[in-house]
Amino acid sequence: MAKAKKDNGHYISRQEEKAIAKYNRKMTKELEAKKHRKNVSEDTYLTTMKDPKNIVEFDDLHTYFFTDAGTVKSVDGVTFSVPANSTVGVVGESGCGKSVTSLSLMQLVQAPQGQIVKGSIRYNDGEKCYDIAKMPSEAMRQIRGKDIAMIFQEPMTSLNPVFTIGYQLDEVTLLHNPGATKEEAKKKSIEMLTQVGIARPEGVYDNYPHELSGGMRQRVMIAMALVCNPKLIIADEPTTALDVTIQAQILDLLRSVREKIKGSIMLITHDLGVVAEMADFVVVMYAGRIIEMGTAKEIFLTPKHPYTVGLMKSKPVVSKKVDRLYSIPGQVPNPINMPQTCYFKDRCDRCHTACEGPYPSVRKFSDTHQVSCYLYDDTNTKDNDSMEVAK
Amino acid sequence: MMPADYIDQHTSAQVAQGQLTKEDVKRMKELYGIGDSSFGGIMKSYGQWLSKAVRGDFGVSFVYGRPVQEVIQKYMWISFAISLVALILNILISIPLGIVAATKQYGAVDYTVTVLAMTGISLPSFFFGALLLRLFSIQLGWFPLQGLSDATKILTGPEQVLDIIHHMVLPMVTLVVLSIGSLMRYTRTNMLEVLNSDYIRTARAKGLSEKVVIYKHAFRNTLIPIVTMLGGSIPGLFGGAMITETVFAIPGIGSTSYKAILQGDIPFVMGYMMFLAVLTVLGTILADVSYAIVDPRVKLQ
Repeated sequence: MAKAKKDNGHYISRQEEKAIAKYNRKMTKELEAKKHRKNVSEDTYLTTMKDPKNIVEFDDLHTYFFTDAGTVKSVDGVTFSVPANSTVGVVGESGCGKSVTSLSLMQLVQAPQGQIVKGSIRYNDGEKCYDIAKMPSEAMRQIRGKDIAMIFQEPMTSLNPVFTIGYQLDEVTLLHNPGATKEEAKKKSIEMLTQVGIARPEGVYDNYPHELSGGMRQRVMIAMALVCNPKLIIADEPTTALDVTIQAQILDLLRSVREKIKGSIMLITHDLGVVAEMADFVVVMYAGRIIEMGTAKEIFLTPKHPYTVGLMKSKPVVSKKVDRLYSIPGQVPNPINMPQTCYFKDRCDRCHTACEGPYPSVRKFSDTHQVSCYLYDDTNTKDNDSMEVAK
Repeated sequence: MMPADYIDQHTSAQVAQGQLTKEDVKRMKELYGIGDSSFGGIMKSYGQWLSKAVRGDFGVSFVYGRPVQEVIQKYMWISFAISLVALILNILISIPLGIVAATKQYGAVDYTVTVLAMTGISLPSFFFGALLLRLFSIQLGWFPLQGLSDATKILTGPEQVLDIIHHMVLPMVTLVVLSIGSLMRYTRTNMLEVLNSDYIRTARAKGLSEKVVIYKHAFRNTLIPIVTMLGGSIPGLFGGAMITETVFAIPGIGSTSYKAILQGDIPFVMGYMMFLAVLTVLGTILADVSYAIVDPRVKLQ
């Protein structure tokens, strides 16, 4: 049986299935109960930031999905921070854990299957510092939408079709400012709609979502995120579903918004062009782990990890004529039962014998730039340090 | 259902005793318009019925001796009242159950509710009705065996109402238990679909409490298909519940039409079928109209 499993990764025997289901039930029940604790004193989830200049620090975050086929380690030991007044771009292929990382920060991972299992997410609200991974949902609701707001990928389906735009915007104001009257909320909502560049805010206020175009809806989503002057906006692929001209407008808008609210943006995307334009820091993720991170300059000018290099190469360059655009061969591996080696090994064009060893440790190139790859182990650092994007 | 002939049924005894001749029977059949049972004859009779029906004349019921419309009108209100109360009870029970089952998907509550609902769906009404009668009317004697009112007493005012309610308990339980399953599953499925949608995630991301997310944002969307379905089923309430009404001997349109079919009352059966067809069409129209009411994306032009 064990052998059969090895031969075919998708085959699960009846007993294994039962064992998985039992384990999943146990884990999700335990973690759900923890999330729904009532009357928890604040001390249990208060913590201190490593660097008080950061707004959010992810520290060894593990978010798993307990599926019928086994445990999927969507986010597997992610550590990075979002400094105040900056834009952090998180890039990677589909299914590499970018969105799950951001959803973990919001405690919005699809429950009960998806759970934060280990690690911490420290959030600094200026006075206190909370560990979101330990926070009960009840307390988390005070932060959601008020201090940390989120803009989703799909503007077409992210607004509730049966309520007017005005109602959905007012709701945020009324929820987070208990004293606010309906008139004040309406005033605020219209102000926000004007701020995101909607031409006739009063009209849109009374519209239903289906009466607006995709770009307009994304503007509404941004307006909704801005209502409470959040300290951090998570933009989960905000331009993926929009056409290119609208994309540029939305990115401009996000940039100006960040300056206005003096907050940070965590920008999740697989569009390197967007990252280059927007981000101060870049985090490259692969199969639930960070493989490289640094300032935008470091990542774009001196990418170190073969995966990052591959991503750069697969980006079309306007001034250059190529017959066929480069693409990294293969696919993101099956996230269940990942080997303990480097996850990118099988697709890597610079793979060598050392790569058969355990998962590579972090190697630092500067205070900000770090990479997890055997290419840069001390023995062969010298020959590879000068590696540049093949242009 | 065996083919039945109204005249044959009523005259067979007399023909056997020699009181009526074959010729008499034939003449009577011709008088009733059912003399020619060949294909051509049936088509001719149908044509006659149709030409009158489009003018609003559905003929006279053989059994009741009165115009079919009058008979239908007389009995349909009883059926409507019973079905309406059953529908309201059904809504009050199954929608909350469906929502709870959806929010606790794959939990103990979900499985319990689902198993009970499925049991309800699977029970045939004549069997479940008979079971209830056996237990609660015959063995325990808590509820009357049949009918709408107690024939041994003359009651007025509130006492009469209480008497009717007393009679209605078992038929109502049968109707409700049998119909809870489908509406509950329908609510659960829709609720699950809505709960997985992007705008629910948006609502949570705003910081709304789980209660508001489920009972306002999700429920309003779940209501769209439910209201449409229920709106469409309202005209059908006039159609009666044939089997349940027959089991409990309730003089509604359902049991009336059942008797009519047994006795070969062709004008009534034709009229009743027509009535059901009209109700179906009305139901579809009503479903479409209610769509426009609950879903802002659909507008009546």
